[in-house]
Amino acid sequence: MKRGQLMAVPALGWLALFFAVPLMIVVVISFLGRTPYGQLLFYFTVENYRRFFEPLYLNILFSTFGTAVAVTFITFLLGYPLAYAIARARRGWQKTGLLLVMIPFWINFLIRSYAWVIILRSQGVVNSLLLSAGLIESPLPLLYNDGAVLLGLVYAMIPFMVLPAYVSIEQLDQRLLEAASDLGASPLRSFFKITLPLTLPGIAAGSILVFISTLGMFVIPDIMGGAKSPLIGNLIQNQFLSARNWPFGSALSILLAFLSMLLIFLYYRALGIRKGGGLL
Amino acid sequence: MNRRAGKLLAAYALAVIAVLYLPIFLLAAYSFNSSRINAAWTGFTLNWYLSLFKNVRVLEALRNSLIIAGATTVVSTVLGTMAAISLSRYRFKHKAAINNLLYLPILIPEIVMGLSLLVMFSQLKIPLGKNTLVISHITFCISFVIITVGARLEGMRADLEEAAQDLYATPWQTFRYITLPLAMPGIVAGALMAFTLSIDDFVISFFVAGPESTTLPLYIYAMVKRGVSPEINALSTIMIAATVALILLGQFIRQRAENKNEQGKDDLTK
Repeated sequence: MKRGQLMAVPALGWLALFFAVPLMIVVVISFLGRTPYGQLLFYFTVENYRRFFEPLYLNILFSTFGTAVAVTFITFLLGYPLAYAIARARRGWQKTGLLLVMIPFWINFLIRSYAWVIILRSQGVVNSLLLSAGLIESPLPLLYNDGAVLLGLVYAMIPFMVLPAYVSIEQLDQRLLEAASDLGASPLRSFFKITLPLTLPGIAAGSILVFISTLGMFVIPDIMGGAKSPLIGNLIQNQFLSARNWPFGSALSILLAFLSMLLIFLYYRALGIRKGGGLL
Repeated sequence: MNRRAGKLLAAYALAVIAVLYLPIFLLAAYSFNSSRINAAWTGFTLNWYLSLFKNVRVLEALRNSLIIAGATTVVSTVLGTMAAISLSRYRFKHKAAINNLLYLPILIPEIVMGLSLLVMFSQLKIPLGKNTLVISHITFCISFVIITVGARLEGMRADLEEAAQDLYATPWQTFRYITLPLAMPGIVAGALMAFTLSIDDFVISFFVAGPESTTLPLYIYAMVKRGVSPEINALSTIMIAATVALILLGQFIRQRAENKNEQGKDDLTK
């Protein structure tokens, strides 16, 4: 092997050692048993995978999927018009608009979620305003419920939708729209017949990013939901750090990783896009 | 699109952006509010910042975050840059497969990466602490660096390197005087990205940090869980300001590199 190729070895070796090997260990543990105190028992079992189908866990699985679908749909409804507006703005404004969407994206999401706690808690901004205006007698329960979790997730995920959608709207061939308008199509009609279908790759990329990130989320339900309606992420965290059931936690993680990979794979297959085409 | 629809759309965009920033601005504003428990404005104060700077545990967390991000940036930038150069300039068997594998650490849910590292460290009886944090942070930064530097190298002309070799430059000279300077904007962008990712990381750090190695995001999480205190507002505001400053710096560096490129093209066509 030549020297040039050897230069890739340290990085690839690092990833093999600290990314691939740990994942393999998790796969192995997902097929092991354990003692009531959390000690691993080295025999082969599919019990941990069978356990998903208990109603308790199946419910969490379904509600996580429901939440992820809702978050994806709402971020699309809110984010697509924003991406459209930025892509159709003048050059200078486009750069500013993108930067404005990017900045919150880079601010730690823990801080961004916590900011909502300040606004929504019973002594928070909204309740103080309403109380002092005399509109309510006692604080409204705005925090620690499903609505708050949904709000926090949508808020955190919007940039994931806007950026890929922006890229595909910006690349749309303007001549198609001109042609449509020359042929007498109304703006609304050409939007639904041309813009929307042709920017589908961007929408799909954004949706997958939002969907997968929501599936793996545990912090926002933790901070804004008061751990009342857990997602798979909360369940996994719980199995590793409190319940000390590593085999079951591992099986759940493998399921989560597998689902994420499957979605990404289907995305590339469905759109036939080259690697790196829209997702990153 | 007619003008009224355009105006409506612009107004909508501004409204969404305003909502994106509202919580952030409110958080910053309340870090100066003298009331400890109520959201009602009771007067301007710098007390929360002062008590923050006297808080030993915050300073410790800050120190940890900076040490970890520094080490992570150096190692992941060096390893990532070497790999990017190697992958873009040399032939490889199974190159497509290697490239796909590089995306995996980015695409796999963070929580899975965090807990799999925790599992490995504990199986190998490696005590959790700064070391495990640095190892884990390097692991999730390497792919980002390789892809960032790789993107720069893809856009770079290979003929300058060929010309250098035709003029009998050694491989090292070619690398030192041609490849490295041309790749520099990508390397700087990759390093900045690694630093930001490391400083910001919560999910993976949550799993692999020992009790003695709290970072700033971990400290903020603990504070949030314990209950609202204006000190978190002050700490968060400082972190927001630092993040924004870093982004603008990155933007500035990129802009300057772009301008230079434009100039270079002009010089060539003259």
